[in-house]
Amino acid sequence: MTQTFDADFLVRWLAAVAEAVDREADRLTELDSAIGDADHGANLKRGFAAVTETLAKDPPATPGAVLTAAGRQLISTVGGASGPLYGTLLRRTGKTLGDDGRVTREQLAEALDSGVTAVSQLGGAQVGDKTMLDALVPAVEGLRDSFGAARSAAEEGALATVPLRARKGRASYLGERSVGHQDPGATSSALLFAALDEIARTEASGAEGAS
Amino acid sequence: MSAGSGTDSGAVDPGETGSGSGPGAGSEPGADPRSGPGSTSAAVGLVLVSHSAAVATAVAELARGLAGGGDLAPILPAGGTPDGGLGTSSELISEAAKAVDRGAGVAILVDLGSAVLTVKALLAEGDELPEGSRLVDAPFVEGAVAALVTASAGGDLGAVAAAASEAYAYRKE
Repeated sequence: MTQTFDADFLVRWLAAVAEAVDREADRLTELDSAIGDADHGANLKRGFAAVTETLAKDPPATPGAVLTAAGRQLISTVGGASGPLYGTLLRRTGKTLGDDGRVTREQLAEALDSGVTAVSQLGGAQVGDKTMLDALVPAVEGLRDSFGAARSAAEEGALATVPLRARKGRASYLGERSVGHQDPGATSSALLFAALDEIARTEASGAEGAS
Repeated sequence: MSAGSGTDSGAVDPGETGSGSGPGAGSEPGADPRSGPGSTSAAVGLVLVSHSAAVATAVAELARGLAGGGDLAPILPAGGTPDGGLGTSSELISEAAKAVDRGAGVAILVDLGSAVLTVKALLAEGDELPEGSRLVDAPFVEGAVAALVTASAGGDLGAVAAAASEAYAYRKE
């Protein structure tokens, strides 16, 4: 039987992202101080902490509604470019998921694909521009196969930004000097998929234990 | 900061006072000023979004100063984060847009990066900004001046946006 995921699974995912961002905030900020304005860690930490709080206070009923609420919260809390970008990713993904009470991994991959397209349109960036898309695009492809594949594709995508020259965002002002640094946005995007894989494993082992 | 309307201190509702039968209230002076004949075409509102509160405020002042005399269209800065830091605040942008909205649309000028992305994301959201809000593609300083002059002269949203965008064509060498 195909495994399906409910709103609570998505809430746990975002809580895990908040934890990961909190744990990795210094690293993200360090990466961002090399080619950005050194606020990525702090901004995302604030944003996802607010998301966790909102979802805990008023948990939405469907997976789509969880992501839409989270996206909205990120846009209003972050204060840097990562707010509207991650906010758009989650909100569009949530809207695409619609009102279903449970969704499959394939549905989630399909919806995330529309979210990633929205991010690309918002920022005008493409794969290879040394942005979060370098992790997000392969991750969504990987998710069509498995949570683990999504995670490794995102991590590889983030690492692959090191030799790239930034063509979008503040780092693009640096031109050649952006080469040799890992993109902070791609790095935080990889955290999203690592957290998703973690929660999916927990879910799977819980389900086995219960049956 | 609720806008004190200034008319409500000791306001007497003519419909409630005295004996109930008062159809003669229509002859009272001072009917609703908003429905006067002079206010048929409302001005386009302007919002200036910068990473820096100081920049947004100063450019708004500059535009007001250069736009000249007469009645100016409403223009407000939405700069920085609510705690005074550098960044973009969707809250400040929404507040400013609502405050300058007279029903003729709101032209939003932005500096760069997250200011652009935040306004675009808010517009996609649908309900965070007044109806008829529009992100204007224009240089921040020159565009603000051109937009305010055009809006104050009674230009509609399309004219205001076009005037601000045309500022890109003004070369300096």
